[in-house]
Amino acid sequence: MTDTAMTDAGAARQDDDVLVRLDNVVKHFPIKQGIVFKHEVARVHAVDGVSLEVRRGETLGLVGETGCGKSTLARCITGLHPVTSGRITFDGQDITNLPRARMRPFRRDIQMIFQDPYGSLNPRRRVGSIIGDPFAIHGVADGPERKRKVQELMELVGLKPEHFNRFPAEFSGGQRQRIGVARALALRPKLIVCDEPVSALDVSIQAQIINLLEDLQDELGLTYVFIAHDLSVVRHVSDRVAVMYLGKVAEVAEAPDLYGSPRHPYTNALLSAGSVADPELSERRERIILVGDVPSPIDPPKGCRFHPRCPKAEDRCAVEEPVLEPRLNDPAGHDAACHFPVAAGERLGQKLGAVEPSSGPTS
Amino acid sequence: MSLLEVTDLRVSFPTSDGLVQAVRGVTFSVDRGQTLGIVGESGSGKSVSTQTLLGLTAGADVSGQAMFEGRDLLTMSSDELRRIRGAEISMIFQDPLSALHPLYRVGWQIMEMIRAHEPSVTKAQARKRAVDLLKMVGIPQPDRRVDDFPHQFSGGMRQRAMIAMALSLQPKLIVADEPTTALDATVQAQILDLMLRLQRELDTALIMITHDLGVIADLADDVMVMYAGKPVEHADRNTLYYQPHHPYTKGLLESIPNSTGTERERLRPITGQPPSLINPPGGCPFHPRCAYVMDRCLTETPPLGPAAGDHGHQSACWLPEDAVGMGTEAEELRRRTAEEGRVGAARILAEEIANAADVKGAVTS
Repeated sequence: MTDTAMTDAGAARQDDDVLVRLDNVVKHFPIKQGIVFKHEVARVHAVDGVSLEVRRGETLGLVGETGCGKSTLARCITGLHPVTSGRITFDGQDITNLPRARMRPFRRDIQMIFQDPYGSLNPRRRVGSIIGDPFAIHGVADGPERKRKVQELMELVGLKPEHFNRFPAEFSGGQRQRIGVARALALRPKLIVCDEPVSALDVSIQAQIINLLEDLQDELGLTYVFIAHDLSVVRHVSDRVAVMYLGKVAEVAEAPDLYGSPRHPYTNALLSAGSVADPELSERRERIILVGDVPSPIDPPKGCRFHPRCPKAEDRCAVEEPVLEPRLNDPAGHDAACHFPVAAGERLGQKLGAVEPSSGPTS
Repeated sequence: MSLLEVTDLRVSFPTSDGLVQAVRGVTFSVDRGQTLGIVGESGSGKSVSTQTLLGLTAGADVSGQAMFEGRDLLTMSSDELRRIRGAEISMIFQDPLSALHPLYRVGWQIMEMIRAHEPSVTKAQARKRAVDLLKMVGIPQPDRRVDDFPHQFSGGMRQRAMIAMALSLQPKLIVADEPTTALDATVQAQILDLMLRLQRELDTALIMITHDLGVIADLADDVMVMYAGKPVEHADRNTLYYQPHHPYTKGLLESIPNSTGTERERLRPITGQPPSLINPPGGCPFHPRCAYVMDRCLTETPPLGPAAGDHGHQSACWLPEDAVGMGTEAEELRRRTAEEGRVGAARILAEEIANAADVKGAVTS
């Protein structure tokens, strides 16, 4: 961090517990038509009013299905997408849509690990130079010092430092993901956004990377935003979990609360849909088989966005958008955006294979 | 006699780097109405072994036997095989977008399948059957959607269309190769539910290939675990999940985050990497990663033999037959046997594996 940024941080810090605060963040992608005179014909409502906090030292899990906006939100936090409206504060300072030069000091503090360990490493460059890139970009270390730092990082993430001169192709998927982790750690960031860091890996390798991320968090006091679609992985790593649906947060809570007493019917459906490697449990439990598909984010449903697929929907849901707040005597911090939250013991599902073929209304 | 009986199937691909031995001796059988799950990581040979049965692995060297209702699929002429493919054995692939032709309407592609095998069916009849099939797999407004192109379908609907196509001729066996891997969790639940229901209704046999032990837990009667082109364990579903014998199966089960426990336990991954199939390790293929490695594992390949005396439970491992399950007693037996079995080279290897387990992010005991 530069000197000015440092003093700013000291002056503006109000809430020491919160590292990142999102205030009603909106990200729309315009769809344009026309050859000479381009005009906007529609908008993809990728992220549509998300307010969340990421606390210092915690792991915030972000779950949801394809197109729910979780990756877009992550890219807004890291500054890779300018936001349409709303405010993002990092470490007490407003970093919303900062110009490139002023964003640069924050880029050192906010790093990202990507999903695809094959696509995110340049195949023509040696591993040492890939991991050394952040030092070069920020002008931190040169020559032999950079090499030493890179080798320290390689050791830190469980790679052999003598493999410094190898190409990415000489590493397996799990080792490549370790390279991605080393690169993200280079500048000692405060926040790392992990976008599906293990979903491209084999099961036996996934556990290695998850353990590595947990070790590093303990050792370096990192804060993670952890995006995944695998609910058991998210449950394992996260302190708090936010569930997203069509650009909005449906429910957010401490992980044990969210998995123990999910309030939003969508959270219930998502949890019941996840498969478990335990045949007896799997046979006993009931599933909520949702009807139809996720509607298009170009024209999201009015009212509650989940109402066309919700087993509990009533007329009110189609007109009035529910607020994200504690429901049914839940502790503060367990918020659900639902008019008719699911109470403990309420049955919504059926046993697998017992449902009639769905002929739902949605396309 | 089972519907399909595969005996000692071996498949290898000559490449410029050497001979890739993708499948190295697989034996299994499937009965009518039964589901066999094949589990393994990438490169374990699970997909190749079933694609070979349908003649989809061009350029491969194949040996062994695959009897389907008394006829050997591997020695059949391509004409005979074509009559079986789709009509009697059909396949559902992982990625429905690349399995459907983007320039033909979904309905046309289903009709083509029907008319190719039953030339007497008129276009109108085939179309009606396509609509009925789409309705059966739960596509809304099937009489309209039948004229859609694949890109107008969502991922889940495309996979439903693939299932409709696979069912169109009421095959006796369906091979589903990672049918839900590309789908979201709630859509996966829809598709699995559909497959389970249709299988019950139509009494079809199903081979389900996946890397996800959770999907198999929902569906399979029997499970075969593959590693480096070989089956390492074969058992009924409950035995495999609760009484695993092979250290690889045990390792796979342990490396999944526990979905029911409340405490955050540290995961126990398998150390190391899956082996190369060009030059697979001698002896037991899993020995370079196995915490219970013994001297004989390095040189002698364990055969797939009975384990724990349970009916049909088979495992390819030199550990004692009754070393099954996750309990402390079995663990004690495994440790003691392994310790006694290490006099020579395995001692050093076992130490290396234990050290590798101490690498950052791996197991710390």
